[in-house]
Amino acid sequence: MRKVKVYITLKEGVLDPQGKAVKNSLNTLDYGNVNEVRVGKYMEVMMEESENLEAQVEEMCDKLLANPVIEDYSYEIEEVIA
Amino acid sequence: MKFAVVVFPGSNCDRDMYHAVKEGLNEEAELVWYLDADLSSYDAILLPGGFSYGDYLRSGSIASTSHIIQQIKKAAADKKPVLGVCNGFQILLESGLLPGAMLANRDLKFMCHQEELRVENNKTMFTSEYQKDGLIHLPIAHGEGNYYCDDAAYQQLKDNKQIVFTYANNPNGSTGDIAGIVNETGNVLGMMPHPERAVESLLGNADGLRLFQSILTYWRNNHAIHA
Repeated sequence: MRKVKVYITLKEGVLDPQGKAVKNSLNTLDYGNVNEVRVGKYMEVMMEESENLEAQVEEMCDKLLANPVIEDYSYEIEEVIA
Repeated sequence: MKFAVVVFPGSNCDRDMYHAVKEGLNEEAELVWYLDADLSSYDAILLPGGFSYGDYLRSGSIASTSHIIQQIKKAAADKKPVLGVCNGFQILLESGLLPGAMLANRDLKFMCHQEELRVENNKTMFTSEYQKDGLIHLPIAHGEGNYYCDDAAYQQLKDNKQIVFTYANNPNGSTGDIAGIVNETGNVLGMMPHPERAVESLLGNADGLRLFQSILTYWRNNHAIHA
């Protein structure tokens, strides 16, 4: 079994109103040195091992998990010992 | 003329869409459940607003993986009118039938009110009953209607006259004030404002009815040629 950790972030240049609201809240909490927050998504996908796992993960990201128009993704694959 | 209103789990403007065709336009309409639909016998496909699959992952993304999307793609390829409103627009974007993507509204608020729109292109099968550059009013009701595309894609939309409706006073931060676009062949329209909620003067606004009348006009002209 493999655990695939998928990180999805908004592309540079795409406005993130949610991140801006979080940034403002952090400033309100007196974290004056916070200049920017970008909110993304993190997913854990448990998969059976296979030879072309990486290619499959990338295909899944392109097709569904991320929207390539507005989002970038990266991933890590970990071995899970049952 | 026979319209299909495709119903996904979480659609909630399907009845309004049905009503707009049935009572507003006086044409045939059927509510079609997304799982057991056969779209081949319909003349036009309508994707209603709502929150298909609870907007999980991204608005429209889960619906865009359902099998019926293949039939919708076929209808689009066959040059049938395909209209997606609100969540229907989001589904068209996520399925790649239209370019671009939706972001959360600029100020993160869910917006529900009338907006003034400009008809940028009245030479489409959806807008022939409007005046070019005419101002109309339609209700909007969305939290993620901030249309986004990069500069190159925007230029392409402009060059191909694919921008059909723009907001007179951009409420949500959309690129180029975009409220509605068509695909390159002009038979797939996605728009955030709700024409189906504005088909009766009695209820305050009939500006949306002309959109459905335009589709009917197109269909009749097309059928007269083939008859």
